[in-house]
Amino acid sequence: MNILVYLEDRNGQIRKPSLEAISAAHALGGTVSVAIIAADTSALIEQAKSLNVSSVIVASDARMANYSSRATGRALAAIAREAKADVILIGATGRGKDLAPRVAVRLEAGYVPEVTTFASEGGEIIATHPVYAGKAQMSLKVTTPVKVFSTRPNLWKASKDAPAAEPTVQNVTVDWSDADFKERTKELVLSQGKIDVAEADIIVSGGRGMRGPENWTLIESLAGAFGAATGASRAAVDAGWRPHSEQVGQTGKTVSPTLYVAVGISGAVQHLAGMSSAKTIVAINKDENAPIFSIADYGIVGDAFEILPPLTEEIKKLRGH
Amino acid sequence: MNIIVCVSHVPDTTTRINVAGDAKSIDPAGVKFILNPYDELAVEEALRLRDKMKGEVTVITVGADNAKEAIRQALAMGADKGILVKGEKKDSWQVAEMLAQAIKPLNADLILLGKQSIDFDGMEIAPMLSELLDLPAATVVVGLTIDGNKATAEKEVEGGREVIEIELPCIIAAQKGLNDPRYPSLPNIMKAKQKPVQEIQGAPSAARTEVVQLTKPEKKRANKILKTDGNPTHAAHELARMLHEEAKVI
Ligand SMILES: Cc1cc2nc3c(=O)[nH]c(=O)nc-3n(C[C@H](O)[C@H](O)[C@H](O)COP(=O)(O)OP(=O)(O)OC[C@H]3O[C@@H](n4cnc5c(N)ncnc54)[C@H](O)[C@@H]3O)c2cc1C
Ligand SMILES: Nc1ncnc2c1ncn2[C@@H]1O[C@H](COP(=O)(O)O)[C@@H](O)[C@H]1O
Repeated sequence: MNILVYLEDRNGQIRKPSLEAISAAHALGGTVSVAIIAADTSALIEQAKSLNVSSVIVASDARMANYSSRATGRALAAIAREAKADVILIGATGRGKDLAPRVAVRLEAGYVPEVTTFASEGGEIIATHPVYAGKAQMSLKVTTPVKVFSTRPNLWKASKDAPAAEPTVQNVTVDWSDADFKERTKELVLSQGKIDVAEADIIVSGGRGMRGPENWTLIESLAGAFGAATGASRAAVDAGWRPHSEQVGQTGKTVSPTLYVAVGISGAVQHLAGMSSAKTIVAINKDENAPIFSIADYGIVGDAFEILPPLTEEIKKLRGH
Repeated sequence: MNIIVCVSHVPDTTTRINVAGDAKSIDPAGVKFILNPYDELAVEEALRLRDKMKGEVTVITVGADNAKEAIRQALAMGADKGILVKGEKKDSWQVAEMLAQAIKPLNADLILLGKQSIDFDGMEIAPMLSELLDLPAATVVVGLTIDGNKATAEKEVEGGREVIEIELPCIIAAQKGLNDPRYPSLPNIMKAKQKPVQEIQGAPSAARTEVVQLTKPEKKRANKILKTDGNPTHAAHELARMLHEEAKVI
């Protein structure tokens, strides 16, 4: 089986969800190639050479200096044909989820989004992803010869294995037309110096139970002790206490961190939709009947204002700060 | 301005999901269906643009007869007319195909969608339509300004926002934050009943995916919930210990 993984980059660095997709590819088994599509590819090729893959396939054009999803889709489809790829894996980031359906249309391939697990049944790949806001899981098989999947971030370990031999590097010419560039990303405005919930390995979120924005120092201190990102429920966002970029849930972000700590959050189904696939869930809530406890691994029934300070101190100690 | 809005008819998030006897789909008994919440944002944006620039808003859905309810809801918000594309949809690919067939002859200036339907949470239709209709698209859009045949869209991404320049006609998929959708007023709900809804038959090619199984998640949670018993510090230390020694997350 030939598997092609798309390497997404940001500011010249290959992003973690792409490295995770490489691990998912190795777990599926087969020959793994990676695709680089950019204006300036030399630094990315250097990074790719240290990855545990057989080949690096590159498409380049000056117009790619501004990302365009249509142009990237055309290039990735061309690379997939060149690599005779049976399976194309793309990290399910904001960019990846826009790209994968395009590649599927171009390759006349079936597509399963946000895959959380792969299984094999009689040599066929069965891909599972959460549906109905995480209330059910759907397992699908793709019935076309070429198959496209996006893999949900944080569920596979980023591949760090060294290659057995240096991968080959190959260039592909793509018949881009100007029409492919009718949509271009002009600028990326990053929120300052904070870990984004969508990428964080640990998240500490606060809800209406925190009573007001002035109490977020407690959430931030605990997050600091863990080295975590801060998140929020919709109630906290709608009240104007926190920015929407921090909202976890159906109308916010879907996250799959190793550890999710929910403080003063009741656990409404729309909140659970965004975080129920976290590996470990901790809840702190003064209401022992709060629904969040029914999906928590660990928790304390009590007042967050009394629990957070000693918890923060203890976590700091355990992490050696 | 000729604006098309694609809407879907989905189970309300708060309804209980039960798996049907075939173990592949949901049991529709007792499930309340609503207009997909993200599509409300798309309808709202369409109405504001129409009111500013004149034109017409057409709402399209692919589904069975009952999906007309989603169209009625959008008409009650203020859209002008509806199209119901009837056809069996086994996967997103077929939905996108049928939408493309219906939209192609309409000469749209702008096609609006929600960022995702809350049933399968796929986020597939907008990029697929972009390829099928050969039009540029921006997804997960939280800000949109249109100036002649150029638009600037702000896309929410991990850690920030991308500013995207895009040429009209184009496809835009709305994320929460784009606007605050209005509630239909009573007179508008009445008026919506008179608005035209055309029915056409979709003709999709074969589905490309096949559902093997639908299950309820069975992840076992440790569910060790402590009480403070008047000593929150002790409970906090015990929690930290469990995270360190049992869960091994620190
Ligand atoms: C279409 C739709 C989409 C939605 N999308 C989202 C979404 O993306 N994300 C989201 O979060 N919500 C979403 N919601 C809203 C959701 O239904 C809930 O209203 C929301 O999650 C509630 O937030 P909360 O848990 O912070 O507040 P509440 O439900 O008010 O809960 C506050 C909790 O704090 C506890 N508490 C109070 N004081 C303390 C204290 N001193 N110490 C400890 N605990 C305390 C209380 O016991 C309570 O459980 C959506 C709703 C709809 C209809
Ligand atoms: N059956 C449908 N009919 C019309 N539009 C749809 C349908 N399903 C999805 N859409 C549109 O596509 C968007 C994204 O849906 P999805 O790709 O299914 O997550 C939705 O918000 C709708 O705007």
